[in-house]
Amino acid sequence: MPDATTRPHQAHFFANLDQAPLEVVDSIDEGAAPASLWADAWHSLRRRPLFWISAALILLVVAVAAFPGLFTSTDPRFCELKNSLDGPSAGHPFGFDRQGCDIYARTIYGARASVLVGVLTTIVVVLVGGLIGAVAGFFGGWFDAVLSRVTDIFFAIPLVLAAIVVMQMFKESRNILTVVVVLGIFGWPQLARVMRGAVMSVKNADFVTAAKSLGASRVKTLLRHVIPNAAAPVIVYATVALGTFIVAEATLSFLGIGLPPEVTSWGADISKAQTSLRSQPSVLFYPAGALALTVLSFIMMGDAVRDALDPKARKR
Amino acid sequence: MAWYVGRRLLQMIPVFLGATLLIYAMVFLLPGDPVAALGGERGLNPAVAAQIRAEYNLDKPFLVQYLLYLQGIFTFDLGTTFSGRPVTDVMADAFPVTFQLAVMALAFEAVFGIAAGVIAGLRKGKAFDATVLVLSLLVVAVPTFVIGFVMQFVVGVKLRWLPTAVGSDVSFTSLIMPAIVLGAVSFAYVLRLTRNSVAENLTADHVRTATAKGLSRPRVVSVHVLRNSLIPVVTFLGADLGALMGGAIITEGIFNINGVGGTLFRAIQQGQSTTVVSVTTVLVIVYIVANLLVDLLYAALDPRIRYA
Amino acid sequence: MSQPTSTGAAARPSDQQPLLAIRDLEVSFTTAAGVVPAVRGVDLTVYPGQTVAIVGESGSGKSTTAHAIIDLLPGTGKVTGGSIMFEGRDLAALSRREMVAVRGKEIGLVPQDPMSNLNPVWSVGFQVKEALKANGVARGAAADKRVAELLTEAGLPDAARRAKQYPHEYSGGMRQRALIAIGLAARPKLLIADEPTSALDVTVQRTILDHLQGLTEELGTAVLFITHDLGLAAERAEHLVVMYRGKVVESGPARDILSAPRHPYTQRLVASAPSLASQRIQSAKERGVTTTELLAPTGGDGVNATRDDVVAVENLTRTFKLRGGRPGKQKEFTAVDDVSFAIKRGTTMALVGESGSGKSTVANIVLNLLDPTSGRILFDGTDLSTLNRAQLFDFRRRVQPIFQNPYGSLDPMYSIYRTIEEPLRTHKIGDQKSREARVRELLDLVALPASTMRRYPNELSGGQRQRIAIARALALGPEVIVCDEAVSALDVLVQAQILTLLNDLQAELGLSYLFITHDLAVVRQIADEVCVMKSGKIVEAAVTDEVFDNPREQYTRDLLAAIPGAALNIFGGSDQGIRA
Repeated sequence: MPDATTRPHQAHFFANLDQAPLEVVDSIDEGAAPASLWADAWHSLRRRPLFWISAALILLVVAVAAFPGLFTSTDPRFCELKNSLDGPSAGHPFGFDRQGCDIYARTIYGARASVLVGVLTTIVVVLVGGLIGAVAGFFGGWFDAVLSRVTDIFFAIPLVLAAIVVMQMFKESRNILTVVVVLGIFGWPQLARVMRGAVMSVKNADFVTAAKSLGASRVKTLLRHVIPNAAAPVIVYATVALGTFIVAEATLSFLGIGLPPEVTSWGADISKAQTSLRSQPSVLFYPAGALALTVLSFIMMGDAVRDALDPKARKR
Repeated sequence: MAWYVGRRLLQMIPVFLGATLLIYAMVFLLPGDPVAALGGERGLNPAVAAQIRAEYNLDKPFLVQYLLYLQGIFTFDLGTTFSGRPVTDVMADAFPVTFQLAVMALAFEAVFGIAAGVIAGLRKGKAFDATVLVLSLLVVAVPTFVIGFVMQFVVGVKLRWLPTAVGSDVSFTSLIMPAIVLGAVSFAYVLRLTRNSVAENLTADHVRTATAKGLSRPRVVSVHVLRNSLIPVVTFLGADLGALMGGAIITEGIFNINGVGGTLFRAIQQGQSTTVVSVTTVLVIVYIVANLLVDLLYAALDPRIRYA
Repeated sequence: MSQPTSTGAAARPSDQQPLLAIRDLEVSFTTAAGVVPAVRGVDLTVYPGQTVAIVGESGSGKSTTAHAIIDLLPGTGKVTGGSIMFEGRDLAALSRREMVAVRGKEIGLVPQDPMSNLNPVWSVGFQVKEALKANGVARGAAADKRVAELLTEAGLPDAARRAKQYPHEYSGGMRQRALIAIGLAARPKLLIADEPTSALDVTVQRTILDHLQGLTEELGTAVLFITHDLGLAAERAEHLVVMYRGKVVESGPARDILSAPRHPYTQRLVASAPSLASQRIQSAKERGVTTTELLAPTGGDGVNATRDDVVAVENLTRTFKLRGGRPGKQKEFTAVDDVSFAIKRGTTMALVGESGSGKSTVANIVLNLLDPTSGRILFDGTDLSTLNRAQLFDFRRRVQPIFQNPYGSLDPMYSIYRTIEEPLRTHKIGDQKSREARVRELLDLVALPASTMRRYPNELSGGQRQRIAIARALALGPEVIVCDEAVSALDVLVQAQILTLLNDLQAELGLSYLFITHDLAVVRQIADEVCVMKSGKIVEAAVTDEVFDNPREQYTRDLLAAIPGAALNIFGGSDQGIRA
């Protein structure tokens, strides 16, 4: 083994102070604007084209759902068999379906049912699943054991399957509310799991212990510190879930056990289009396209928000 | 390992009891008379209705009803359909087709989902990755029945590559298109899951250490990135087998396949509550068992759980 | 730059040629904000068999430099200039395939965190064997035999059986030994050791470093040692390279640098290194501002016997039920075993121990976040277990914690103002206006500008966050502060600042500290009395100087010997406290 004395001498070098100036230890930049985590996330969202595209689409869909009259003056329920399966004509850009209804008007008016079901179901699911998941995760012990088993039970029944069983019981009394309730009852377990996991990862953070040692009550700590910090994955999940609830509603309507026939709905129109597909593909194309675009805009938004909230992507 | 399996089995019991109770309660406790629904628009002869009530124990207290129904499940007696055929017989006919369909769908989503996901994960942020991600969102956004119609129309009617419906002709070729339609949404999930898992594992410390050992890139990727990344994917696929069988209802309806889903589809259209309950119960049991198997699979794949 | 290459006489030819010569190395990362340079013009030379240490704080570019050598820069990192000559070849210009041949065979790596650097799904033996196969050392049965030899050589007992186990069955120290076996498997000429033991307990750290040193000396392996600890670097390496903000500010023989640091940054570092300080920090007042006898001195000259005990811990025991995998096999684990001590008002009591010693459990019981299984805590003579809800709420005002991880102790969603105001609001003290005035006052107390209160934790550095945590703890005017490893996660210079701040606050406000730490070097700087804990028991308790000068227990002696740099007599004479 070579020892130090046989090695060429390595001089003691030190850098010129001009080239490597000393900075104040741990100085604070007073010039920069304050930035909360949300401001950071917004900053990162703003630079994503995916976010802008999905935001624009969501705004459009919501506007159509809220004020369909602004987009068409044709009554979607005014159908004349003489127009059956006619192609596009003046004032009827998408043509007519088998019953002779205006496809454009039906596509516009179909938005409301989908958006309502999606938004309302998501609200139900976030409230129910969020509450159950947060309580199970934060309080642990027996609460958690019981609530987690209950979650497992609801989780064991696939959403569409459960909805089919229940919805076929409501043959006569179906409306948007029943669809929302049914999808809500069977849609919450996944969100509860997401919330529970997020709460459990936050509840042992030092800032939660600090709040406890200040004497803050458990419930206050949960509401003020834990839930806000556990919100990010829940928001992401909820945005994507909104899209899947719209698909679920369309599936039920497609099976004829979703919304009642008098409600204009993309799912039902697609179902009806089945028979006319071969002669007039646009009968399927427009409602299906509108449905896909709506769902796509929500799940794209979820994707963009997920990336923006990703802690690894944050500056620190 | 034995304890892990035992604990999982024990946890399954309340889930099984709870889920069956829930299905039963949904159908027989909710407003709306399942027996009256049987008659459809015409209504039912009161005598026949009473007879059916007796046959399905609907005249007894709810808990007794449920226990009798549980007993039925354990003795493989799921009642009879509207036409008088035992549900178990119907299921015995329908099950193999659905199973074949689900396995084909699973193979499709596994092969293509993992392949595309791995490539995208290895090239995170590149053009292929971005394209594949947007396409996968599109697949999720378009409902299964729309994909079904479009494929049926384009591939079956216009191009005439594959048969448009299955019916009594159950063969590998006739099931290809339904399997792709059935597996489409899960394909997108598998792709995204694989892609994220690979991309995350690529930056793991132990992967850097493996590179520093002098391993070649292909070896690092196959031995250290893929093995770790595929654990969550394989467990997803296992659970999905159960979900696919339950989700086959739309696909089997569209392609006129006489499987479990098709049976359920027709039972719903004809308003046969008892058949709906029986078939759903079987599907939920399959789903629960699939999830249990996945837990065991997970334990076999991840040594950290094996010894827990 | 002036790195002389050869002036030595009569050296063997092979030793005259540097093994590794880095010249003018530039490394940059591409971020959304543009290209950020991480390493700027670094020169570094390692001769065969030599141990060279790169010393620097986090963000100094020391790890980046090391990773650039074997092309393992993370993310968008890229070598943008300079050369990395290794045995006459420029590594920066090698193709990917050529670099694969260099890694492992020519240059080995022992990474930083043993917990994350082994693949959890493969057995340890498999992972060692891979290194042998990839570098063409051995294969088949011979490789299996060699794996056992390598693991034994790295100091792992029962290696043949251990090789079949998975990483999660290993302790941290054992994993690090396995990583050393992997790093040395193909007998590289150079081993890069990137903070190889910073995640381990001090005594484990020492045995592993001793072992590594013995092994590399025996094999004649040159070592490039990356560390944040100047004392450790000086102890382990003959040549030091000090990095600061991506540049080399000073390099030379370890002894020269420690005894006569030339660059102001190195001077600061030498002055602040806790392992090198031999005295308790003096408070601002003692440093000559004013000396009021009202606030009794807290210096190391013995603790005033007339002070009363603000906290007395009597026969404290705490057991936990361990949930085993199988039912009926629940074990009881005694985390704290019959612990008694007292904290005198206005002084600092340090509780020292390694991970698992039960020191943090004691802290949580004193904070009343955890109930003792038996024993009691007297606060100002009152038994805590006798307090009712309202009294307990009041008690919270008198004892406050400061935690280790500055990134976890502040709610990222709360602005600094809300963070510091929270205790006041919770205890309904004052109105909006007086609370804001109090927040300003507290920020001033911890030497941060008042404008900080509009900021969020993610905008602040670790040291600044720790100041905020201190301000929050002080908001209610507590008497006792429990510091749970409060400075362990900080860089040395920042650590020194925070310790000085804590000390000044103690003198100014008459605070009493319960200081939980694994680091005896820090204890010497801040504590008046010390309790050494091991496996839930207090093994030694005395005033600080007594423990350092006259340790009675072997365990205490081991801990003292494990302080990096403790064995270096260079520091013996220099009696410098911290006056940076």
